[in-house]
This record gives sequence, C-alpha cells and structure tokens, in this order.
Amino acid sequence: MTQIQEVSLDEIRHLVSERAMTGETMLLNMGPQHPSTHGVLRLLLELDGETVVNCIPDIGFLHTGIEKNMESKTYQKAEVMTDRMDYMNTVGNNFTYCLAIEKLVGLDVPVRAQAIRVILAELTRIQSHLVWLGTAALDVAAMSVFLYCFREREQILDIMELVSGQRMMTTYIRPGGVWRDVPVEFEAAVRDFLKTMPKRIDEYESMLTKNPLFLDRCLGIGVISGEEAINRGLTGATLRASGPDYDLRKFAPYSGYEQYDFDVPTRTEGDVYARYLVRIEEMRQTIRIIQQAMDKLPLGPVRSNNYKFVPPPRSEIGTSMEALIHHFKLWTEGFNPPKGAVYVATESPRGELGCFLESDGGPKPYRVHFRTPSFDNLQVLPRLSQGHFVADLVAIIGSIDIVLGDIDR
Amino acid sequence: MSEVLQGYQEKLAQAFKTETIEFAGELTVIVPAEKIVEAARMIHAEFGFDLLACITAVDYWPEEKPRFHVAYVFRSLSQGLTLHVRAPVPGINPSLASIESVYQNANWQEREVYDMFGIQFEGHSDLRRILMPADWQGHPQRKDYPLGYEEPQYTFNFDDIAVRKPAPKE
Amino acid sequence: MGVEQKLGNMGVVTVKLEELVNWSRTNAMWPMLFGLACCAIEMMSAQSANHDMSRFGMELMRASPRQSDLMIVAGRVSRKMAPVLRRLYDQMPDPKWVIAMGDCASCGGVFNNYAIVQGVDEVVPVDVYVAGCPPRPEALIHGIITLHEKVRGEKFKDWA
Repeated sequence: MTQIQEVSLDEIRHLVSERAMTGETMLLNMGPQHPSTHGVLRLLLELDGETVVNCIPDIGFLHTGIEKNMESKTYQKAEVMTDRMDYMNTVGNNFTYCLAIEKLVGLDVPVRAQAIRVILAELTRIQSHLVWLGTAALDVAAMSVFLYCFREREQILDIMELVSGQRMMTTYIRPGGVWRDVPVEFEAAVRDFLKTMPKRIDEYESMLTKNPLFLDRCLGIGVISGEEAINRGLTGATLRASGPDYDLRKFAPYSGYEQYDFDVPTRTEGDVYARYLVRIEEMRQTIRIIQQAMDKLPLGPVRSNNYKFVPPPRSEIGTSMEALIHHFKLWTEGFNPPKGAVYVATESPRGELGCFLESDGGPKPYRVHFRTPSFDNLQVLPRLSQGHFVADLVAIIGSIDIVLGDIDR
Repeated sequence: MSEVLQGYQEKLAQAFKTETIEFAGELTVIVPAEKIVEAARMIHAEFGFDLLACITAVDYWPEEKPRFHVAYVFRSLSQGLTLHVRAPVPGINPSLASIESVYQNANWQEREVYDMFGIQFEGHSDLRRILMPADWQGHPQRKDYPLGYEEPQYTFNFDDIAVRKPAPKE
Repeated sequence: MGVEQKLGNMGVVTVKLEELVNWSRTNAMWPMLFGLACCAIEMMSAQSANHDMSRFGMELMRASPRQSDLMIVAGRVSRKMAPVLRRLYDQMPDPKWVIAMGDCASCGGVFNNYAIVQGVDEVVPVDVYVAGCPPRPEALIHGIITLHEKVRGEKFKDWA
C-alpha cells in the first residue's frame, strides 16, 4: 500500500481524553522520522500547553516478520535472522537462540566455548550501553559524550571483527559452541581494552554525573515504583533502578555465569538519573566479569562433538566417512530435534530476552517467538510521561533504552 | 523439579482439572480456556508469581481442535521459579479472556497475539492491531497465511520481473 | 536555470558555471536523518570520530526534510513505513539524491516476506546503492564519494 492512512478521530476516541475532542488539548504527532525517538517510533501526544496529558505509542514501522520467516528456514540458516532483531545486542540474540536449541536437543557445550560466549556477550553489553549513553546524552544536548562513546565502541567492534570477520552481525555463536576458535591476537586485544576502559568510564562520569544541567534534566523525571514496575513487566536496568534486583544472570544462570563474581547494581529512586547510574555501574561490573573470564579461560575444544547436530571439523571430512555423511546431512537436510517446547531467557542490555522455541520433530523451527525486553519496557511510556514536558519525554525515552528492531521484530 | 513447583501444579490440577507436561526440566500446565483468568489470579495472588514474562501463541493448523495454544510464562522473583501455562483455543472464532486485570503488561502482549493470530481477547481495554498497519487483512503468523516470498531478480529474468515490480514516478 | 537562459550559450562561461554549481553541491550536501535499523548505527559510526563524515561537509544531519539534500535510507523499509518514506522524499526540495544503504534498502536483503519492501527503489528513485549487511562506514563513505562523482557529471537540464 502506498497511500498514507487517514485515521479518523473516532478510532482513537477511547484513547485520548475528552478534552482533546473539544480542542482544549492539542494532539501532536511525533512522527516515525524524528531525531529523538531512537528509531521509527510514532507517538501521538496529547498536550495541554507543553505538558503531556497522554502519549500513545504506535509501533510496527520496522516489523520484519522475522518469526514467520524463520519458520521456513532450517535451524542453522534461521540463526542469521536473529542477529538483526535487536541490532545493538547481536551476539546476545544468537546466544539466546542457540541456548534454546541446546536445551531442546540436550546438547552439551564445552567449557572453553562457554567462556568465549560470556566474554563476547559482555563486550556486546558494554557496546550497547555505550550507544545508549551516547544517544541519551545527545537527547539532553550533551553532544561530546556521543563522540567519546563511539570511539570506545570502535575498539570493541575491532575485537568482534578479529574474532568473526564482521563488525556487528557476527553469527559467531552457533548451536553446540562457537564457529571457530579465537585467534591468537584476541587475548592481547581484550586485555588492552580492559586496561583503558575503566578510565574512560570515569571520563564519562566526570562529564555527566555531577553536571548541574544534566541533573536538572534528569532528577525526578519519569518515576516508577518497584512493585508497579514488576506488574507492568519491566525488566533490565529500567527495573533495577526502581528497586528489585532481577538479573537473569543470577536468577537462572546460564553458560557458566555462576562461577564469576559480580554485583548487580540497583537503586531505589526509579527516575531517569537512577537508570543512568545503574547502567554506568553495570559497565564497571561487566569489566569485572570479562577480567575473570579472561583469567580463567580454559583450553579445549570450542564445539560439541555430537555430529548429529554440530558440523564436524573440515579436516576430518577427507579421512572419515561418518564425518562426511554427517556434514552432508546437516547441510542438505538440517538436524531434527525432538518434539517439545522450551523457553530460555538471557540478560540483554535492555532486560529479559527470551526465546520460545517449539519443535515438531522437523528440520525447521515450528514456532519461534522472541520475548523482547523493549516491547514491555515501552508500554510504560504513557504512565511515565504523564504530567511532564515534551522535553522530559525525550529524556525518558532515552532512559528506557529502546531499540525499535527489538520491539517490532 | 522443585517440590514447591510440584505443589503449585497439584493445586492447579485440583482446582481446574489441568494436564501437565514435563520437558527439558520445565513444567507446563495446560489449563482449559474458560478458566484462564481464575488460574492467573491464583498464580498471581496465592503462589506469588509476580512477573508475566511472555504471552505467545502456537498455530497447529490443519488440526482444528484445538487449533491454537496460547502460552504464558510466569516468573516469581522472590522464589526463583518459572511456570509455563498453556490454554488451548479452537480455530473457529478463537477467543479467550484477557488477563490484563491481573498483569498489566498483558495489554500489549495480547494485542500482538491478536494481530498475529486473530485470537480475540474478551475484556481487553484496547484490542487493535499493533505491528501491522491498521487496515491490514489477515493474520500473518497463522500457518495458512503465505510468507509473501518474491522471486529474486537475477540477470536471466531481470526484464520479466522488472515489468511487474512497482517503480516510482520521480 | 535563469542565468543560463538569459546569457545564452556563451561557451566557456556556461560550462564553468555548471562545474561551479556541481562542486558546491557536493561540498555541502546535507543528509537527512533517516536511519531505520542496523544500518543507522553504522551511519552513526561513520559520523563519529573514527571515520569522519564531516570531512565531506556532512556534519549536519538535518532532521527536517525541508532543509536537506540527501536521503540515506539506512535500514529495512516495512510496508507500514513505505508511504512515510515517500512523503518525506516528496517534502525534500530539489535538487535531491537518495542513497540506498545496505542490503535491505537495495533489494530486501535477508528478508523476503510479506512485511518488507523488496528494495527501496520500489518507492523512491535511487542514485547509489551501497551493499553490505551492514556496510562498513568506509563502504558508506565510498558510496558518498561515488555520488559526488555522479553529481559532478550532472547537467543543468536534469534539474531545471
């Protein structure tokens, strides 16, 4: 369809107050293309002067039909599509999907692969928080933070490229382990990053944390209490800034997280400033995890040797008949997991990222659904922004840390 | 399987005549569709499951009875437990009661299930399409809805497809 | 343009005017913020300090279509977004150019289904296609330089 939809007032009558119908309040469209909405999000604002009375989000402008498209590809080929859902947490999406397949099938993952997965997932967490910090600060008009954050991000993307060949959509984590072993330069690159990063975080804090302009714009804005946040389904740093310490790495540890020693930062105020502090502290804790994982990195294989589900190494194909047959079957037909449904969740930088995977015994996923954190986090926006100014609305959207690819899939 | 979870499952079985599936270390309880709101209230108030993680649906077309299973995932933060609940829904005029009064984030989750599968939720405050445009026909995630695959344009069929593809006027 | 019609074909002066106009257009082409999905993050990376786009005069990313010349369609365009894209393109004043950044904007990319427009050239006319999923910032800059070369070769009668 190429025509703009005309929406009559009747369709939204039940959503806006009666004051909008008489013209006492103004209906303003903060359209899909807007510099502060972090993607294609449309907000219908009902404004009384400059104060927001109600705000109705309209999503779906980035809906890609990933879940339906994955049903027509085999499990391995469908993984490529998971990268592109939450494009700030690409490694985390692959991770969740592979954990779901491994739980469905009952596949073991060697300890070296688990440690490498943790390191890459935590690097992705830092990278996502850096983009969040850059764009959220840009929204409250602190432009230099944006340039500083992206400088660090280039270091992380160089590590990703070293390991997998791609900067963002790596598809490095595969069912049964990882694609291939990390090259020899990996350790030096990560240790170099770990040496410089803590001082950089101090630099960002020195620019923002005690800055009176930043405090003015962020203190007391968009407050929500802990119990209401849980009932509304918030997860991640947005929830932890209001009190409850729900972190999936501690709630249901996966991939060896129980052996690493780290804290989960929480605060009680529940406003924009608290969310900022929680995420900054999370970056520091993430560096602790990566340090421990690098120190304890065990030696060994990086893929499971259950060749019914995991491809055999290329070197064996020339000499072993079984390896050749397994390789052939995996590439032409794919593997067949048992019938059943699983739900696996990991902690993405935005909250609980869950993968609901149901199999009917065939080589293609029968139903795959991703429970994405930004979907539930954005639901709270009307509640958070009531009574605030439009400029505060921009700060609130920045603090919830939404990614539209995550919401619309 | 933890005993606390077994206890909850037995209470649900007594109250609502449910079935249970255990797969890969997870407990799934199948609740009849009419009883879903009371079951959700019991899970929220008595058992202490305060977070609704996810609502989704699975389409078993061409089986008609039941055609859909609506799956819920509940989490209890204080006890560290996860409970899965499924409600079978028939294919003709599929509808189910909404649990928005118990868990507020069911609002958008149920809107998405309605948009993708066409399952009506009774008692929902604002049931309209969320991901697809408002005037879209059909429910994309159903198994009888086509994928919409378009033939790729290679050099040998370039002109055939170029005739059919819409091109903009400047 | 008015000058050429009034002066007539004066040979040397007309050609140099065309070159002057094209040169000035390429040196200060202001892109419009149209980042949709993953490619938008790489576009932001191209804007930031490591691969600097302000060397090409593109420091200012105008959010308003009325004040921009270049629309970089970065990311996948869904069927719900397509009319919005066309409307924004119509709102841009002449002269305007479009870069389709990434595979999803060029041809639909990985996603061949009901929800994604298979190539943004079904909706707007495209000048340069940049391939990649997502393209590296260097690839985007290469695409921009290709566009500059294309603009240098334009004649007045294309736009007037």
